[in-house]
Amino acid sequence: MALLEARGVNVVYEPSRGARIWSVRDVDLEIGQGEFVGLVGESGCGKTTLGFALTRMLRPPARLTSGLIRFDGTDIAALSGERLRRSRRNGVALVLQSGMNALNPVRTIERHFGDVLRAHGRPGEATRLSAAREVGARLLEQVRLDATVLRRYPHELSGGMRQRVAIALALALRPRLIVFDEPTTALDVVVQQAVLQTIKDLQRDHGFTAILISHDLGVVLNTTDRVLVMYAGRIVEDQPSTELAHGEHHPYTEALLGCYGDPRADSVELHGIPGTPPDLSQPAAGCAFAPRCPLAEEICIRVNPALTPLGAGVGACHVRARAQRAPVVEVGHVG
Amino acid sequence: MRYVLGKVGLFLVTLWAAVTLNFVLPRLMPGSPVDAALGRLAQSGRPVTEAERRAVEIQLGLPDTNPFVQYWEYWRSLVRLQFGRSYSFPTETVAQTIGKALPWTLVLVGVTTVVAFIIGTLLGIYAGWRRNRLPDASVTIGSTLLGAFPPFWLGLLALYVLAFQLDWFPIKGGYVPGATPNLSPTFLGDAAWHSVLPAATLALTSLSGWVFGMRNNMINTLGEDYVVFAEANGLRSRTVALLYAARNALLPNVTAFGLTLGGVIGGSVLVEGVFSYPGLGNLLFIAVSNRDYPLMQALFLAITVSMLVAIFLVDLLYFRLDPRVRR
Amino acid sequence: MTTITPSMKPSAPPGPPATASVPVAIGPLRFLGRALGTLWANGKARIGLVILAANIIIALFAPLLAPHSPTSTDFKPYSDPSASNWFGTTGNGQDVFSQMLYGARVSLLVGLLAGAAATVFAVVVGLIAGYRPGVVDDLLSFVTNLTLVLPGLPLMIVLAAYLPSRSVWTIVLVVAFTGWAYGARVIRSQAKTLRTREFVSASLLAGERLPRVVFREILPNMTSLVAGSFFGAATAAVMAEASLEFLGLGNPSTVSWGTILYYAQQQNALLTGQWVLVFAPGLAIALLATSFTLINFGIDALSNPRLREK
Repeated sequence: MALLEARGVNVVYEPSRGARIWSVRDVDLEIGQGEFVGLVGESGCGKTTLGFALTRMLRPPARLTSGLIRFDGTDIAALSGERLRRSRRNGVALVLQSGMNALNPVRTIERHFGDVLRAHGRPGEATRLSAAREVGARLLEQVRLDATVLRRYPHELSGGMRQRVAIALALALRPRLIVFDEPTTALDVVVQQAVLQTIKDLQRDHGFTAILISHDLGVVLNTTDRVLVMYAGRIVEDQPSTELAHGEHHPYTEALLGCYGDPRADSVELHGIPGTPPDLSQPAAGCAFAPRCPLAEEICIRVNPALTPLGAGVGACHVRARAQRAPVVEVGHVG
Repeated sequence: MRYVLGKVGLFLVTLWAAVTLNFVLPRLMPGSPVDAALGRLAQSGRPVTEAERRAVEIQLGLPDTNPFVQYWEYWRSLVRLQFGRSYSFPTETVAQTIGKALPWTLVLVGVTTVVAFIIGTLLGIYAGWRRNRLPDASVTIGSTLLGAFPPFWLGLLALYVLAFQLDWFPIKGGYVPGATPNLSPTFLGDAAWHSVLPAATLALTSLSGWVFGMRNNMINTLGEDYVVFAEANGLRSRTVALLYAARNALLPNVTAFGLTLGGVIGGSVLVEGVFSYPGLGNLLFIAVSNRDYPLMQALFLAITVSMLVAIFLVDLLYFRLDPRVRR
Repeated sequence: MTTITPSMKPSAPPGPPATASVPVAIGPLRFLGRALGTLWANGKARIGLVILAANIIIALFAPLLAPHSPTSTDFKPYSDPSASNWFGTTGNGQDVFSQMLYGARVSLLVGLLAGAAATVFAVVVGLIAGYRPGVVDDLLSFVTNLTLVLPGLPLMIVLAAYLPSRSVWTIVLVVAFTGWAYGARVIRSQAKTLRTREFVSASLLAGERLPRVVFREILPNMTSLVAGSFFGAATAAVMAEASLEFLGLGNPSTVSWGTILYYAQQQNALLTGQWVLVFAPGLAIALLATSFTLINFGIDALSNPRLREK
């Protein structure tokens, strides 16, 4: 049985003034125990919203309008109040995008650990600061930080250190699944690599299931086993990471891959994606990528493609699906 | 440490500027306040000694004298607390008159501000936490309305209803007429009883500033990432509301304390006038009615200095509250 | 597998800067209409606008609405509300109801005028300080902070006491003189932030001169801030005016809500049982001040989306 199962998830933003925005549309996914999944797409594609929906962190004006979210068999979309709070322990954890700001500026790190322990301790169990220090030191060591960090305040740590502390705090919950929302976006490239490596090692050592959300395809391909590509609120492709280097893919995925060039090559041709992202307040009936797609056909504008087998995984493209079914198999490289 | 030194410096410079302003004002004003003051003094019945006359001139303006010399003399007399004599209270020096009134105002404003700050902050936290639902709306509208009533009007109303009609509280003064101020329990008890209405009036009118500031700060803070992360980690609501949100939302309020204190003091002037409460505000009322310039000058200085000291103390408190300034 | 390094993002055109958008010039009348419409949508601001409108109507049409002249002393003094004197009469035999209606004029005048003067001064100081870093900014900031720290009402009292003549204009002057500092501080910090925005740099690079940039690019982006400042200053002005007149620092022969209270206090209206004399002006002052504050709620919600009502 899949550890995390989502069926028909739809999220809508309903601001008090202005149009409703369909942020996540009809998302189905299954993630198995121990998988390391990447969720990639451009800004505004709904990946962060989906991440928040899966961790039950949506707040008004965002709303989960429909869908089933099952974690280890339990429907967590139905939880609320104290039961929802308690479910955070040993369940699904969220590590936020800006580790910069994820820590309370007026509390020391050891008090942060203390707060988490106290929140999930058994009633009556006194959680003294010494216990927090012990747990904190142990967890900090796992994220490659020294125990002296415990007595510091967040503003005394660098961005990378704060991000690691946030990961350590999430680990304190002994989660079985961690959603990392853009964990390295606010960091410079060198620190990025270090943090990503730490995350990979933690995942391997602890065995938790992980979802890494990023707009940076390079980061995702480097770190994860499986990639989900999102566009305009829908999942348009789902492949093992290793498969993305070759074969045919959803035109959007191919365009994303085409944006990167080899810096060591003598000459590099860079391509952008023409057009603009769609207006999410007016969802199209057909494929959302059609206006920008080089392969678009008449059916693409009329009918939204479902996820059908594509290569080693699935993809939502009429043209590719047809080619997949055709007897002649094309072999080619992505540019 | 740098923060503390900075605040000390700021305090000293502002103090200097306020004192200088106090020096400049009567000398800029049309109509020669010094002559008016001396004239009134002469009419007050008691003979004016040379020292007193000189003191008044130093405060208000010596004609035909080098302004720098006057300035120097001004500071000298300040340090010695020689403000001359007022004609509203001809039997004592201005310094003595103020000295008697100062404790009353300090206690009134001090207690009121602390109480209003605490209650206002708590209400603001509550309103911000439950924004746009009934508690928020009622707290917001209630305190807007309260804050819109001029302090003296609320005072008059309270005076009429609670003191005059219902006779629950004394009508005027700080203590029973005829008693001599002392530190005995009976006197203190009596003084406290007389302070209830003025304090309550002042507290109610200054409440709204704290409530709004805190409510808006709470709403802004609740959108911060560390609050979201705390919820994602399953911390209890109360922990999040108080230790994560409110504790941070409090900080801008403390910074703004100095600004609101000016308003509280203005309110205290009016409230003291309405209740004839024997503090600095009441003295100012009397001084203005009598065009008693020496007294007015000294009062303004006393009020301003007290305020600056209070602000300085609060700035030091901020040092304790926000670890980010402790570099 | 070779590492793929990102070198270019998809070429969707960048959206406009997060908060300040490049302003489009529209006529002032349409701008005002649009502003009013937006304010009307906010519940609290709507109530404020209604109250303000009522006050303006009363002030404008006072001669038509008032049954008697506010200054004529024809009536029996100290009398309770009656058919001819709805609110009773003062100790000098004047009709309180008519005085209340005419009094709206003074309060509105002082509130709006002093508020406007304070705001203009605040905008000028704030813009200059925010846009010219260095000595100019330091000096202006120091003066602003000093004015903020000095206790407002005592300062006003002292100033008013020194001035030889007593009139409504004295009060307007004194209130404006002390009330500009808060707005200046707010505007200065906003100007400092806007100074670094791209569209300002773009204008300067295109050769526009600084004053033009300030007035045509920066100022339109601060309208809600300036409006908020104005209403805040107006609120303070109304309260200050009432307080000063209550203390006897206004012209005693002016007919205003504050002077009604002054006479009520002098003539011990509460002790003679004439609570209307105290209740009515206070309530009127409170309502006018509240209306400004409520309108400010609407303006706050406009500029900070988090504060908007759901």
